[in-house]
Amino acid sequence: MKTVATRRVALTGNEAVALAWKQIRPHVVAAYPITPATQIVERFSQYVADGEVDTEFIPVESEHSALSACVGAAAAGARVLTATASQGLALMHEILYVASGLRLPIVMNVGTRALSAPINIHGDHSDVMGSRDAGWVQMFARTVQEAYDRTILAVRVAERARLPVMVCLDGFTLTHSLEPVEVYPDEAVQAFLGEGPRDGSSLLGEEPITVGPLALPDSYMEFRRALAEAHARALRILEEETEAFHVHFGRDLPALLEPFGMEDAEESVVILGAYADVVEEAVRRWRERGRRLGMVRLVVFRPFPAEELRRVLARTSEVVVLERADTLSGLGGPLAVEVRAALYDLAERPRLTDAIFGLGGRELRDAELDAFLEAGPRGRVVYLGLKEAGDVPEPA
Amino acid sequence: MAARWQALERGPVIPGGSSVAYRTGDWRQERPVLDLERCVHCLFCWLYCPDSAVLVRDGRVVGIDYDHCKGCGICAAVCPPKAGAIHMVPEGEP
Repeated sequence: MKTVATRRVALTGNEAVALAWKQIRPHVVAAYPITPATQIVERFSQYVADGEVDTEFIPVESEHSALSACVGAAAAGARVLTATASQGLALMHEILYVASGLRLPIVMNVGTRALSAPINIHGDHSDVMGSRDAGWVQMFARTVQEAYDRTILAVRVAERARLPVMVCLDGFTLTHSLEPVEVYPDEAVQAFLGEGPRDGSSLLGEEPITVGPLALPDSYMEFRRALAEAHARALRILEEETEAFHVHFGRDLPALLEPFGMEDAEESVVILGAYADVVEEAVRRWRERGRRLGMVRLVVFRPFPAEELRRVLARTSEVVVLERADTLSGLGGPLAVEVRAALYDLAERPRLTDAIFGLGGRELRDAELDAFLEAGPRGRVVYLGLKEAGDVPEPA
Repeated sequence: MAARWQALERGPVIPGGSSVAYRTGDWRQERPVLDLERCVHCLFCWLYCPDSAVLVRDGRVVGIDYDHCKGCGICAAVCPPKAGAIHMVPEGEP
């Protein structure tokens, strides 16, 4: 196993992503800054202005245009990056489907954030979950280090799977917190990524091509089926490329999910993103007190690693899903709905509780989590950390 | 197109220039009829036609490409009134 010489520097999540972008040396970046992902674009445009990277940087007037420019550039055969959050991702929604439908390997960082109204700039997963069916691979980082690593990894996954990839980092929790990050030399990143996706069959290739023709009822369905197949294949590509990343950089990232304490767990917590740290600490505390609790952190939400999740959860009788978004269906958040669907095929299904927490950036505190775990699972949907009548002083 | 979905590795990417083979003329409700006796060859119709269906050779209008003309009527609308060389007639009428 080769390990590259790393440099240890203190970076915020946004700075780490911007650095990864510089090292990736994309041909084109088109982006519009939006909180909490603003500094990614800010810092990267500084790199461009200072001549540290020769990317074609397109400052656009909206996220709809940002992703449209990315689609055009990627269809031409360029290696393309962008970033956004919240309302910006919502404004890209129409073009998200164009990018995935045209099978363009665009990589986008999302500083995950709540959606209006009421207006809120803080973190949850509502924005990303709103694009869950748009055909993008969705990876969630747990740490700043992982946001940096996964941004680099995502380029290879996108280009091999011919799918656009989102690398999500929890708004403020990761985008703005400073963490020591092991940074790889520029050459090591470039050696890992190679030349880029241009393969002669792009718009700038030798032969004239049509990208995205009309596909009426005689053929549209086949394209959608092929896209579903690309997602199914992306699970294996994610595993293989994560291993290639391990071999190249010496860093062992979880590919699809990350179990903690699941070997003998009777109860398990399923979670996405940065709050896995808080949950892992809670699991540690409860295990010291003899409770057989485990945690599974999902790394990818799309494609959904149903089989892997089923395998790791099959031995537990209670599953608690902790998540930062809601479907408003009364059936729980999007993560719980999918975990529940994945478990449905088991002969003996664990009981599932969905705990929706942290909407709009509300902190989940150790004491709250402990009290919730203490009370035991409920087999329904609860809002964790919600202020009930009586908790809040009446306005004077 | 009749490709099996398993063969669609690259998604919707097909050889270039395919719109030439896609005949959109049968969408037409009304047909532009060109009177070459009255035409002054100002080329407004050629310039405004969204389907490049006005056929021009050596700077002179020579006809309409009915395989691709969708019958929008823009050519007739921009034809100078004094010339009045293009009239829309319902499809199916002579």
